[in-house]
Amino acid sequence: MPDATPALTVKGMHKRFGALEVLKGISLTANDGDVISILGSSGSGKSTFLRCINLLETPDQGDVTVAGELIKMKRKPDGTAEPADRRQVDRIRSELGMVFQGFNLWSHLTVLENLIEAPVHVQKRPRAECVDEAKALLAKVGIGDKHSYYPAHLSGGQQQRAAIARALAMRPKVMLFDEPTSALDPELVGEVLRVMRALADEGRTMLVVTHEMGFARDVSSRVMFLHKGQVEAEGEPEALFSGATSERFRQFISKERG
Amino acid sequence: MDWDFIGKTFWRLMAALPLTLEVWLFSVVLGGLIAAGVVWMRVSGSKPLAVLARGYVAIFRGTPLLIQLFLVYYGLASIPAVRHSLFWPILREPFYCGVLALGLCTAGYQSEIFRGALLAVPHGAIEAAKACGMSGLTMFRRIIFPIALRHALPAYSTEMISMVKATALVSLITLWDVMSVALKIRNDTLVTYLPLILAGAIYFTVNYILGAAFLSLERRLSPHLRARPS
Repeated sequence: MPDATPALTVKGMHKRFGALEVLKGISLTANDGDVISILGSSGSGKSTFLRCINLLETPDQGDVTVAGELIKMKRKPDGTAEPADRRQVDRIRSELGMVFQGFNLWSHLTVLENLIEAPVHVQKRPRAECVDEAKALLAKVGIGDKHSYYPAHLSGGQQQRAAIARALAMRPKVMLFDEPTSALDPELVGEVLRVMRALADEGRTMLVVTHEMGFARDVSSRVMFLHKGQVEAEGEPEALFSGATSERFRQFISKERG
Repeated sequence: MDWDFIGKTFWRLMAALPLTLEVWLFSVVLGGLIAAGVVWMRVSGSKPLAVLARGYVAIFRGTPLLIQLFLVYYGLASIPAVRHSLFWPILREPFYCGVLALGLCTAGYQSEIFRGALLAVPHGAIEAAKACGMSGLTMFRRIIFPIALRHALPAYSTEMISMVKATALVSLITLWDVMSVALKIRNDTLVTYLPLILAGAIYFTVNYILGAAFLSLERRLSPHLRARPS
């Protein structure tokens, strides 16, 4: 196992917004089947870190490697970094399924059309095959009967489950979740977490930025705790949540529990 | 009531309607193409291009269409370089002068409508498209344009209706559109109101149909704004 290519590695990632250094050298390795929860208080850089992995934000420094393929970066004359090859970025993005806090479904398309959009128009797969697969995915996340609805006609929890299915429809190697339950009413959080737990159980590789302590503790195989742009503590959830490693993490979880 | 005169006047005006519609269609299409270029300049990220685009909009929105029309019709012809250019066979035709002036003017308005519609595309929809690995072109074609189009339609239909009425100005550059025929009948017969009222009714009917067509297009493209299916 140790010599298998990791699904995702990040090495020494730095990011600054103007004078503010948001990420100060963060590294991570996700092997196939890993579920890594990324925790941290607001402003710790956890969302930025996730968004730098698929280049929704451009990291200033650091290597991202997806299934052995390094995303090639270059320096602009002003010293900032940019991707060397846009096509490579597009291709790698299609291998990283992203789920957003605000769902970000395409409002003018039905749920089914949302799911097949990228498989058909980015991956160029046959439409009929994509439709079948999309319907199966919708059934899996529990909204099989809603495929002809528009996003505006769904509850927040249903929209987020549709968004998860949309990401899965790309057959991604790694799923990235950016606070997937933070925009939901409390009573809708459970249905989304159940879907995510089922994905974890079937061995999906997942990075989950979250405030859900229960999910982090019970579902993830590893927890990474960020504080002010650095990894403050990292390890298996039992070890971390037992409070042995980091005083700051202990404070953080007691606060999160309210 | 002289029904015979009313009928004759009506059919003479109707005979001029095709020209009015042609001027309208050619100029809004030309204007749409120019507007696409202007919007592209505006959002290209290049400062000089954006300044040019803003200047274009400022000038063509800020001056009377009638002045623009006369400048194209009389002004261009007074420039020897234009008279000797490749475009002279086109530019000496009043029809194309009218189309050009109306097109340049509506481009200023249309570009602002397009720009507003583009700005209203939710950032999240664009991020989701990027995250799926869409290239810039695919993203524009499949996500940005369809959403922006839906935002643009209400204002765009107003501009289209406005342009139908603006075509009446080409009566001043020797074209026989509905308006100029109405003026001619009025001059010839000294009947003041009837030709104008009939012409107005024709413009009104065209615009009513146009407005209804846009509304139905808007409805068809926006099932997501209607009530949830039961």
